Amino acid sequence: MNKIKSFDDLKQLREGLQAKIKQRNSGSNPESIVRIKVAMSTCGIASGAKEIMNFLTDELEQQSIEAVVTQTGCMGYCYAEPTIEVSLPGKEPIVFGDVDTFRAAEIIEKYIIHNELVDGILPVNYRTIDN
Amino acid sequence: MADYRMHLLVCGGTGCKSSESEQIRDNLLAEVERYGLNDEVQVVMTGCFGFCGKGPIVKVLPDNTFYVLVKPEDAATIVEEHVVMGRKVNDLLYLDPESDEPISDSKQMDFHKKQVRIALRNCGVINPENIDEYIARDGYAALATCLSEKSPQQVINEIKLSGQRGRGGGGFPTGLKWEITSKSQADQKYVVCNADEGDPGAFMDRSILEGDPHSVIEAMAICGYCTGSTKGLVYIRAEYPLAIQRLKTAIHQAREYGLLGDVIFGTTFSFDITLRYGAGAFVCGEETALIHSMEGLRGEPTFKPPFPSESGYLGKPTTVNNVETLASIPVIINKGAAFFNSIGTEKSKGTKVFALAGKINNVGLIEVPMGTTLREVIFDIGGGIKGGKKFKSVQTGGPSGGCLTNSFLDTPIDYDNLIAAGSMMGSGGMIVMDEDDCMVSIAKFYLEFTLDESCGKCTPCRIGNKRLYEILDKITKGLGTEEDLTRLRSLCNVIKDTSLCGLGQTSPNPILSTLDNFYDEYLAHVRDHKCPAGQCKSLVKYSIDNEKCTGCTLCFRNCPVGAITGEKRSPHFIDNAICIKCGVCYDKCKFDAVSVS
Amino acid sequence: MDMINLTIDNRPVSVEKGTSLLQAAAEVGIKIPSLCYMKLHDLNIENKPGGCRVCVVEVVGRRNLAPACCTDAAEGMVVQTHSMRAIHARRTVVELILSDHPTDCLKCAKAGNCELQSMAQHLGIREIHFEGEQSTFREDTSPAIIRELNKCIRCRRCEMMCNEVQTVGALSAINRGFNAVISPAFEMNLDHSVCTYCGQCVAVCPTGALTEVDHTGAVIRALSNPAKTVIVQTAPAVRAALGEEFGGEPGTLVTGKLAAALRRLGFNYVFDTDFAADLTIMEEGTELLNRLTAYLGGDKEIKLPMLTSCCPAWVKFFEHQFPELKDIPSSARSPQQMFGSIAKSYFAEKIGVDRKDLVVVSIMPCVAKKYECSRDEFSVNGNPDVDFALTTRELAQLINLANIDFNSLPDEDFDHPMGDSTGASVIFGTTGGVIEAAVRTAYEVFTGKKLARLDFTELRGMEGLRHATIDFDGLPIHIGIAHGLGNARKLLEDIQKGTSQFHAIEIMSCPGGCIGGGGQPYHHGNAEILKKRQMALYREDSGKPIRKSHENPYITKLYEEFLGAPMSEKSHHLLHTEYFDRSKK
Repeated sequence: MNKIKSFDDLKQLREGLQAKIKQRNSGSNPESIVRIKVAMSTCGIASGAKEIMNFLTDELEQQSIEAVVTQTGCMGYCYAEPTIEVSLPGKEPIVFGDVDTFRAAEIIEKYIIHNELVDGILPVNYRTIDN
Repeated sequence: MADYRMHLLVCGGTGCKSSESEQIRDNLLAEVERYGLNDEVQVVMTGCFGFCGKGPIVKVLPDNTFYVLVKPEDAATIVEEHVVMGRKVNDLLYLDPESDEPISDSKQMDFHKKQVRIALRNCGVINPENIDEYIARDGYAALATCLSEKSPQQVINEIKLSGQRGRGGGGFPTGLKWEITSKSQADQKYVVCNADEGDPGAFMDRSILEGDPHSVIEAMAICGYCTGSTKGLVYIRAEYPLAIQRLKTAIHQAREYGLLGDVIFGTTFSFDITLRYGAGAFVCGEETALIHSMEGLRGEPTFKPPFPSESGYLGKPTTVNNVETLASIPVIINKGAAFFNSIGTEKSKGTKVFALAGKINNVGLIEVPMGTTLREVIFDIGGGIKGGKKFKSVQTGGPSGGCLTNSFLDTPIDYDNLIAAGSMMGSGGMIVMDEDDCMVSIAKFYLEFTLDESCGKCTPCRIGNKRLYEILDKITKGLGTEEDLTRLRSLCNVIKDTSLCGLGQTSPNPILSTLDNFYDEYLAHVRDHKCPAGQCKSLVKYSIDNEKCTGCTLCFRNCPVGAITGEKRSPHFIDNAICIKCGVCYDKCKFDAVSVS
Repeated sequence: MDMINLTIDNRPVSVEKGTSLLQAAAEVGIKIPSLCYMKLHDLNIENKPGGCRVCVVEVVGRRNLAPACCTDAAEGMVVQTHSMRAIHARRTVVELILSDHPTDCLKCAKAGNCELQSMAQHLGIREIHFEGEQSTFREDTSPAIIRELNKCIRCRRCEMMCNEVQTVGALSAINRGFNAVISPAFEMNLDHSVCTYCGQCVAVCPTGALTEVDHTGAVIRALSNPAKTVIVQTAPAVRAALGEEFGGEPGTLVTGKLAAALRRLGFNYVFDTDFAADLTIMEEGTELLNRLTAYLGGDKEIKLPMLTSCCPAWVKFFEHQFPELKDIPSSARSPQQMFGSIAKSYFAEKIGVDRKDLVVVSIMPCVAKKYECSRDEFSVNGNPDVDFALTTRELAQLINLANIDFNSLPDEDFDHPMGDSTGASVIFGTTGGVIEAAVRTAYEVFTGKKLARLDFTELRGMEGLRHATIDFDGLPIHIGIAHGLGNARKLLEDIQKGTSQFHAIEIMSCPGGCIGGGGQPYHHGNAEILKKRQMALYREDSGKPIRKSHENPYITKLYEEFLGAPMSEKSHHLLHTEYFDRSKK
C-alpha cells in the first residue's frame, strides 16, 4: 500500500475510487455485475448472516452468475435481520430483510435472474447526507 | 425474463398490516388479474416505509408515486386509474402540509423520512474492513482539511459553532471539552474514545465501530490535532469481539496508508491509537472510572474536579469522547458547522442515534434529528406498538433515565426537554412499553441493574439502591404500604442528591419518573394489593371459568406443580395455594376458560 | 497567596485557594461531620475518597449536595451546612450505613471508640427507617489482626494506609455494589496475603471491622495459674501513650504507674523491653561496626548499608517484597525477642524455673509483635520465647478488669535485672530513636572517645524520610531514616539500584515509629497526639541518669555472666536470627 503523503494524494485516491464505483453502478458498463452486501455486524451475524453470505457466494458461483458478495455494517433494521442489499446493474439497490437460505434462493431466482421483485423489500426510510 | 413494466409495493410493516395492508395486496392482485396484467404488473409486500402515521402505503414503481392512507377498497381505483389509465389518484396522494398541494413523486418527499443519518452514514453502506470504501465516501478528507488548512483553534471553533454535545449521555459541549484540554499545559496529552457501552439494550456504539470504524479513528486524530495529543486510546468492552477486530483492522489499514503514525499528510503531526479492554462494568462508562480502569486500577469514579480535560489518564490532560460523538466529527468538518447546526433544536444540534427496543414493531437502530418527537420515533419509524396493543410508556436514557407517558409523546427530543420531563438522553437506549407492562416491575428491573453495576464506593449508591430495591420488591409482592411510597420517594431524592457519580445520581430516575407518571399503579399495588398489568406474580390469581371449561384436561396435564384438579369432561379447578403463577394453563387453554385477575 | 472569599452558614470566610469546604468551615468553628475523611497533618497522609457522603452540604446554585471534604472553596460560594436538605441527607446516609451494620455495639471491641457510633449519637439517630439485607462476610482471623467485615463502612482508610502509605498492597476494594468490600485479593485470608501486620489499618479503622487478636484472656489464665511464673516486659512507646486510655493528656509519661499497674495485675516480675533494647544496641551496634570496619578495609563481600531489624512488620515487608535484600538488615533480633530469649535462658536459670513454667508476656504498641512471637524460629521445642504480646489497648483492658484505678497509682520501679535501662533504649519508641541510640554507642566504641553531646537532633523529627551525616571523629557516617513502609520502599529501591549512599538505615513501619503503632490508643486522625508522644520519650531519655546502652551495668553483667561478648557464639544463637524469602517466586 502506498502511503498517503498529502491532501492531494488523498484526493487523487478518492477520485480514482469514486470513478470506479460510478462505472460499476452505471448499467451501461458491460463489466457490470451483481453486487450484494450482507449486513454483518454482531446482530446480523447472530441472526445467521454468515450462513447467508456463504450460501449466496456458493449458489451464485454454481449458477455461474457473476457477482460480488461483500460484508457491510448494520443497516439498522434489527427487526428484519439478516438483511442484504442487492444492486443489479443499472438499478437502484434494493434491501431485503429476514433473509434465510430459502429466501436467498428466491432472491437469486426471482430478482437477480428474472428481475421480479419479491416480498420483504425494506424501503430506505432515512435520508443520507450525500449530495 | 419477465419484464414487468410496473411494480406495486404494498407496505407490509406490522403497523400497516394491522391496517389491512394484506387485504390491499390481495385486492390489488385481484384487480391486476381482472385486467389481465399479470405479466406486466407485479404486486409486492415490503417492509416498513417508516411513515406509519400515514399508512397503509402503496408505492408505484417506476414513477415513485406514493399513495398514503390506502384502504382495501382503493385497490380498484389504483389499478384502474394509475395502472390502466396512467393517471395518478389524487385523493390518495400525500398533501404537503404547507402548500396543501398533493405530492406525487416520493423522490420529492424525502422529508417524510424522519431519519437523517450522520453518525450512521456509512453503516450498512461500506465494507468496514476496506479503508478504500471509506475514503471513497470522503473518508479522512476531514483530517486532511484540518491538518493542511486549519489551525487547531479554528477546528475547535468549528466544532463549537456546530453546537455538538457529547452523545454519551452528559451532553457536555464537545468543542468546549477539546478547548479545555488544548489549553491545559502538559508534556503528554491523551484522546480517549469511550466505547464502554453498557446500557441494557443499547448498541449504537457497537454498530458504529462494527460498521464504520474509520470514522472514529479519523475523529480521534482530529481531536489529537486540536488538543495537542499524540496518543489515542479506545476503551472498549471485551464483549465486543467483532468491533475490536474491525477496529484493529482499521487501525492497521490507517497506519499502512500513513493516516496514523508520524508525519501524517506530510505535516509534523503524529498520532496513533491503541486499544484498552474493559470487562464490561457499567460504571466504567463514567469517565473517571474509565480512566482508573485503563490505569489498571479498580474501575470506580473519583470526585470531579479535577476533570479529565485537566488531569486524566496518568494524571495528564485527557479528552474523553463517546463513539457516536466522534463519528459525527468528520461530517462537521466536511460539511461545515452550519450544516450540523441547521439540524436540531435550539440547544441540541445534529442528530441522535437510538436503539429502539421493547414492545415496538420495528426494533432497530435509528438516527433522527434532535427535536424529533417521541411519537414520530415510536409510531412513524418504530411502526407502533407490537400486536396492536396500547402504548403505555417509553423509557429513555437506560437505567439512568425515566419512563415517560403519553403526555410526553409530542415533546421534541433533546437534552433539556428530556431532563425537564424527568428522564434523560443517556446514550440512546429507547425501550417502549405497552399496556401489559407493570411500571413498578419496570422500575425494579432497572434498579436491579444499577444494583449490580454500582461500584459500591459511596454509601447512597451502595446501600441506598439496595434499600430502594427491597422496598420495590416488597411492593411487587403485595407487602408494601403507602408509607413505603413516601419512604421510596424520600430515599430516591437523597440518593440523587448525595451520590458520588452520575450512576448513583441518576439511578433513582426510573423510580421517580414512574412514581410521578404512574402513581395509581403503585397505589394499586400497596392499597388494593393488585397489579393492574397482571405482571406481579404474587398479586395475580389464575382461575378457571366453570361455564367455559370443557374438562379437556389440557391444563391439568401441563401444570408443572399439580395445582389443577378436575374430572374429565367436567370443570377443572386451580388450587391457589399450590399455583406458582407460571401461566401455562392460561396459555394452553383452547377455550379461553382460564382468567387472570 | 490567592485568597478565596465565601460564606458558610451566613458567616464570611476567607481561605487560601485549594482549601476544602470542610477545612474552610473548621476555620470559623463550623465542624461539619465526616466519616471516611481522615488527615494526618505533617505526615502527608490524607484519606479523601468522598465515599461516605456524610459531610454533604448545600451550595447555593448547585444541582446536588456537595461533599465538603472534596469540594474546594470557590470565590463567592454560599454554603449551608445545616439546611433541612443537608441534615436530612446526612441523617439518611448515616441511617443507610446503620441499616447494614450489626447493632451489637454493647459487645463490640470498638464500643466507645467507634466513630460510627459517635456519628449516630452526634446526629441524634434514634430510629433506622430502612431495613433489609445485611452483609454477611465471613470473619477472618490471622495471628495478629481480625477482620470482621460486617462492620466495615467502606471508608477505605485501611486501603489507603495499606497501599499508599505502606505500599504493602494487601488490602483493596473487591466486588461491586452492595457486596463491595475491602479485602485481600480473591478474598484470601489475611495470613495468606502479603500483609505485614503493621496494624496501621487497625489504627485508622473507624469501626470494629479491623481489630487486634485479643490475648487478654490467655494472659489472665496464665496469671491465675499458680504453677506458672509470669513475667512481663513493656515496650518504650507504651509509657508515652497508656495514660490516654485513662483520660490522660497525650504525651503524659506514665512509666511509674505502668510498673505499679503491672505489679498489681500479678506479674511475678515486672521488667522492661528497654533492657533488651540496650542489648540490641550492643549486638546491632557491634555488627554495624564490624561491617563498617570490614567495608572500609576493602572487603567486597560486605554489603552496606546495614538496616535495623527491630520492627517485625518491616521484616515481613522485605521478606515479601525485597527478598533479594534479606542479607542487608542486621541479623539482630528485635528487643521483644531478645528479651524473651534471655528471659527463658539466663533469667530462668537464675531463678531456677524451667522455661516451660515461665510465661513471658510483652506489652507492645504493636499488633505485628503478636505475629513476631509466633514465628517458628523464636521458639525452643515448641515453647515460644515470648508467649503473649498484648497491645497497649489490651493492657488498659486488663487494668480495668483488675479494678485498678490507674490514675491514683503510685510511681514504682521496674524489677532487676531486666528492668534496668538507659535513655538510649527509651527513644527506640520513636522514629530516629534506634539509630540515635546506636550512634551514641557506636561512636564511643569506634572512636574510643566520649561524646560531648548526646542529643542528635539531626536524627529527630517527623519527616517521612530523613538523612544526616554524623562525624565519627573524621569519618563521615551517612545515616538514613524512614518511617512508614512506603518511605522505606524508596530507600530499598535505591539500594537495589545501587545508588544508596548510606552506611546505616533505620526503618520503622508505622508513621512516627512505635509511638504511632497499630496497638496504641486510637489517635482518631489527630497527628498532634503522635508528636506529643514523641516529645514524651525524648523527655524520659534526657531525665535518665545513664543515656548510653553500653553503660547499662546490668547489660555489662549479662555479658560477663552469660553471653561473653557481643556477637559471640552464644549471642548468635540467642540474639540473632535469619530471614526468609516469602515472595513465592
